[in-house]
Order: sequence, then structure tokens, then C-alpha cells
Amino acid sequence: MADYPTVWHKPPLIASAGLRWLLGGLVALYLATAMATIDINWARLAAGLPRGWRFVASFFTPDFISRGDEIIEGLAESLAMTVTSTVLGIALAIPLGLGAARNLAPRPVYLACRTVIATSRTLQELIVAIFFVKMFGFGPFAGMLTLTFSSIGFIAKLLAERIEAVDPGPLDAVRATGASWLQWVNYAIQPQVMPRLAGLSLYRLDINFRESAVLGIVGAGGIGATLNTALDRYEYSTAAAVLLSIIAIVLAAEYTSGLIRERLR
Amino acid sequence: MLRLTGLTKRYDRGEAALAGVDLTVPDGEVVALIGPSGAGKSTLIRCTNRLVEPTEGTVELDGQDITALAPAALRLARRRMGMIFQEFALIERLTVMENVLSGRLGYVGFWASWWRRFPPGDIQQAFHYLDRVGLAGFENKRADALSGGQRQRVGIARALMQAPALLLVDEPTASLDPRTSRQIMRLILELCDEGGLAAIINIHDVALARQFAHRIIGLRKGRLVFDGKPDSLTTDALTTIYGAEAWATLPDDDRDG
Amino acid sequence: MTTPVWRRRTTRGQWAIWCGWLFGALIVAQGWRFISDATLWDFVWDAPAQAGDMLSRMIPPRWSYAPAILKPLWDTVNIATIGTLLAIVLATPIAFLAARNTSPHAGILRPLALAIIAVSRSINTLIWALLLVTIVGPGVLAGILAVALHSIGFFGKLLYEAIEEIDPTQSEAITATGASPAQVLAYGVVPQVLPTFAGVSVYRWDINIRESAVLGIVGAGGIGLQLNASVSKLAWPQVTLILIAILGAVVVSEWVSARVRAAIV
Repeated sequence: MADYPTVWHKPPLIASAGLRWLLGGLVALYLATAMATIDINWARLAAGLPRGWRFVASFFTPDFISRGDEIIEGLAESLAMTVTSTVLGIALAIPLGLGAARNLAPRPVYLACRTVIATSRTLQELIVAIFFVKMFGFGPFAGMLTLTFSSIGFIAKLLAERIEAVDPGPLDAVRATGASWLQWVNYAIQPQVMPRLAGLSLYRLDINFRESAVLGIVGAGGIGATLNTALDRYEYSTAAAVLLSIIAIVLAAEYTSGLIRERLR
Repeated sequence: MLRLTGLTKRYDRGEAALAGVDLTVPDGEVVALIGPSGAGKSTLIRCTNRLVEPTEGTVELDGQDITALAPAALRLARRRMGMIFQEFALIERLTVMENVLSGRLGYVGFWASWWRRFPPGDIQQAFHYLDRVGLAGFENKRADALSGGQRQRVGIARALMQAPALLLVDEPTASLDPRTSRQIMRLILELCDEGGLAAIINIHDVALARQFAHRIIGLRKGRLVFDGKPDSLTTDALTTIYGAEAWATLPDDDRDG
Repeated sequence: MTTPVWRRRTTRGQWAIWCGWLFGALIVAQGWRFISDATLWDFVWDAPAQAGDMLSRMIPPRWSYAPAILKPLWDTVNIATIGTLLAIVLATPIAFLAARNTSPHAGILRPLALAIIAVSRSINTLIWALLLVTIVGPGVLAGILAVALHSIGFFGKLLYEAIEEIDPTQSEAITATGASPAQVLAYGVVPQVLPTFAGVSVYRWDINIRESAVLGIVGAGGIGLQLNASVSKLAWPQVTLILIAILGAVVVSEWVSARVRAAIV
């Protein structure tokens, strides 16, 4: 018993002690510099805090009435943008997703589709919206196009990943019957990826609604404009009403899509 | 000494998983618990250290009524009952040494255990048991890098670290091949003999039970239907426990000594 | 003898499905009409000309503007990083309160934690920023808080789901040693969720870089401020340079995040 060691240390994640200290030092240095460059305007902060409290309190007295028409108009616009852009996005994402699946598409098609997807995914919605507003004018049309554009990349990428993961057995079996390419996709691939596509579409519907609430900030339609105006006028009770409506719709949508996904499974 | 009196467990629905089990296990006795799936073997073991809360009846260890203990006292009492699991139940992403030391958690404060600062005596003990179960030099390996037999050895070392008076062993060999199963059973028996530990080993393999245990207990539908020496486990007894089957084909002389 | 006809569904089922599709189509048509009514079509038809004009003005980028965007770019990265760290600190306890198997109090604390997660997720980073700018004033601080407040929901949700999916026998084994509840968490739960935790952190950091690039549009610090100003001044060559900077940051962060996640798994 006496021969056994009395100390033991867990082997560290990074074996070299020098590298460990160096990395630790760099992280600490970065954090210190980053923190130092946040200039906080304490006077402004102190002035804002009572306002913050007033805002939190206004969640218990939301005002749906005074700007009721604007809220309804804004929500309707957001919902219209959400629905149309999701449908349009799915319609365009399906061919793109087929093209971006390595096991289906020839190499040049694959690369082209992947490029489109990458572009759509790297550009933040609001940036795209700024440009669409410049091109198509203010209003929900620009917003709808923005949401469509980002839905395409999102759905196509995940759809392509699902197609690449299909069970290869039925693929060969249907091809062996002498089916055409379209028949092959229809019989061998579609049944396997349909649940995933439906799930993705519902998920994207949800995201699009949340995003549609933001686009109004740059003039691309939706409830965001109403919220922005309310905050500009310091009408916190109206802003609270808008936020509560958004939260309620998001939660309702999430709940419903959960139910639907359950049934699809 | 462990004494179960009228131990009963009813789950929310359905009949009782355990229906009034009375059992006394003296110090140093290794008891094999056999019975068909769903007979309540696992429930009995888990009721003993109250991982499953018994509905009725008492569990007494060395005169202390476990069933009456408040949470803090129960934790102290659990230290006296080492448990070994079917699927090993090691913390897969931690090292072998951390797994073994986790047997001391009941003796060590939270922050000491969080920073892995165990007392020197515990560390020495851990190295000792690792050596004893045949895993000297494995302390820095991650648990998920080990084979099944090696993992079970770590599980055994963890249970021994608790300095228990009793081992609760739940299907120790169900995830192992026949040869490793025998090695593990032999190891458990040796360790019980060395430390004078009592053990309840819940096991599917009747041949293994016969070969290693001091005493065999048969459980059927939550009731004790057999209690005796391994030699007295006759074909009739097996029929009582499991139901009718051609037991004669059971390889009685399945000894690998 | 008549030839039996094979149908995939019963007549009634077929009708229900057709009605469903019809209903969906009506909703989409209604949404489209709404958007179309709110659109000035003259602007839309003019869009290709506008786009061409814009593109021609955007090239070449104004490289001499680069020094002016270094500080905003640094701020953008800091907003994402510090915001993510803050979210990790705040979301971890919430996740443990929200997970069914670790929540200390299922009656009040668990629903409360779930509500915080739901509200935080429903409201976009930009909307949080919009609110915070009116409360704490414009600047990096508002951005950091906005990123943190939205990330709490994202983190909390993924983390509590991971906690609910742990292997229960591992924590059972720790309980059986006589460990205290805190020790059961530290040994039986934490090691199991650590990889998810690290992966989600890096993934969210990557998303947050993208988000914080546009926060400046509502005044919450970072490069979005320059983007917005340049767009309103119609300084297109500057806009191009800013976009290049944002794309660079996004691509680098995505690469880092993918590398780190690959290393963890």
C-alpha cells in the first residue's frame, strides 16, 4: 500500500505547458482589450435605467388599442410576407437542393448550386433587405424577396444534406426497373426525404416570421416598422403590445408545427 | 448484516414489482439473485440503497433502518453500499482515475471534488484498487477507451473505494462475453472474501450463479420462491423459479476451473 | 367482371387532402394580394435598371476607407464574443432549471425557466437591440446585451435538451456512491453535456458574428453603423468595402467554428 503514489493530476487538455500558458495569456489579453474598448456612457446609462424599468413595467399594461390599426396592419403584413416567402422559398429550394446533392447532380451543377446556397447563407437578412429596398422600393415586396432569398439557402442546404444521406438500396432498385430520372427521384428519393422537407418548411416558416419582425427597421415591411415607431415615440405600452403579439404568434406557431411534425413522423 | 423485511414496491400502474420480500444476508455472504426478466431482481437491488423508493417494508444495514433516513443521512448510509452496474455506468468522458475516485464522493466536499482535489489517502487507495483489479497504469485513460471487461473492473474499483460493507451488483456480466464474465465473477468473489463483504448479485446466468455464489435466491413475480445452497438448486427448483423447461439440458458441469 | 381499380387513398381521404391544399393556396393567394396592393409596381419594373446602376457605382471598392472601418470591425467581433460569453454564463443555470431531470422545482422554477427561454428566442437580436438602445443608449454595450439576451434562449433550449437526453445510469451510479446532489450534477451530468455545450457555444458565436454585423443599423455598435451611413449617403464604393469586410469576418468565423466543432466531436 505504501508504494502507491499519493498524488494524481488529471492530464490537461493541452499537453504542452508552454502552449497552455501562451493560449491562456492570449485569451486573457484579448478579453482585457475587448472589455477596455467598450466605452460605456455611465450618465446615459443612469438616465436610461428608469426608462428601462418603465418599459419592463409596461409589459404588465400592454396597450393594444391606441395603435390597434397599425399593429393589426403590421402583423398582417408580416404574416403575408412569411407565408408567401416560405412557399416561394420551398419551390425554388427543391430544385436547388436536388442540384446540390452530391449523389444526384453532376459536378458542375453541384458546384453552381452550392455557390448559390453559400451566398444566400452568408448574407445577413437585413443587409439583403437594404439592397432590395433600394432596388424595389419600400414595402413588403422587398421584405418578401429578402425572406425568400434566405429561405432558399437554408432549405436547400439541409435538404441536400438529407438527400445525400438517403438509403442507397431503393435508389438502385428503382433505377434497375428502367425508370427515367424524374421517376427515379419521385419513387426512390421523394418518399425518403419528404418528412424532412416538411419539417424544414415548418421550421423555416417560424424563422421567417421572426425575421419579418425585423425587416421593417430598414423599410422592408412588416410589424418591425410599427415597433420601431412606437419605440421612437417612447410609447412603451404599444411596443410591449407588439412584442407580446410576436411572442404569442411565435409560440403558437411552434406549438402547431410541433403537433404537425409529430403526425408526419 | 443486511435485513430486508416485507420489502414491497408498487409502480404507478400494474402489479407489485416486489411483494413482501424478507431476506437476511450475514456479513461476508455472497448471494446470487436469480429469476426471470421482470421478476423484480433489479428493483430489489435498487430498493436496498433507495435509488428506487420502496412502497412498504424496511431495509436494515447493521441495525440502521435505511428506509427511515432523511436525504442527508441516506447519502451517508449509501457510502456503505457499493453498487456495480450491468452497463458499467462509468462516466464515459472522464479518466479511469476520476471514475475510481468518484467512489469517494460521499466522503469529500463539493469543491474538493469539483477541483479533483481528493485526499492523498484516497488517491493511494485508488492506485491500490486499480492494481488489484488488474488495471495498473490505466489511470489516465478515458473510460470510453476501455473494453467491456476493463470497464467493469473500473466499476468494481469504484464500488470498493466507498469502503462498503455490502456490494449491490446488478447483472455484472450481461454485457460481457463468457470468458470475461467468469473472470469478473471470480474477481468479485475474491474481493468479497478479502474484505469480508456481503454481496447481492443479481444475475441471469444460472450456471455462473451456481459456480460462484455461497447462496442462491430465486425471485418470481416479486416473491421469494427459492432460498438455498447452490447444490440444492434442482430442476424442480428451477421450474418453480422460471417455469417449466427442459432443464436437464442445462450444463451443470460448466466449470472452468 | 370489372377490373379492380387501385387507389392510393380512399375517396374521402383524397378529398380532405385536396381541401387542405386548396385552403393553403387560398392563404398564399391572399398573402400575395396583400403584398401586391402595398407595392408600387413602377418601382419594381424599374428594379433591373436600379440594380445595374447600383452595381456600376459599387465598383471599384473605396480601399482608402479601410482604416475607418477597422475599429467598427473590432467592435463587431467583440460584441459577438462578449455577448456569447455573457449568454453562456446566464443560460447555463437556466438550462439546468429547465431540464426535467435536473430541475430542483418542477412546479414554479421549471416553467419560469422555460418561459425565459421562449421569450428570449422569440425576440430577434435586432429587436432586443432596438429596445436596449432606447434604454442604455446607443453603442457597443447595447449590442452586447442584445446578443446575450437572444442567445440565452438558443443556448438554454439546446442545452436543456442535451441535459434531458443524458444517460441516466451514469448519474444513478454517482448517486449510489452517496454523493450530494451538487456532486451528482458535477460528475454525473456535466461531463456528459460538456461536448454539446462547447459545440453550441462556438456555433452560436459564429451566428452572432453575422448578427452583430448589422446591429449598428439600429445604433447598437459595430460595423453596421458605417454600412447604414454609407447606404444613406449613397456612398456605394464604401458600401462594397464594408460588405467585403463583413463577408471576410463571417467566412473566417464560420471556418473557426467548423474546425473547433470538428475537434470536439
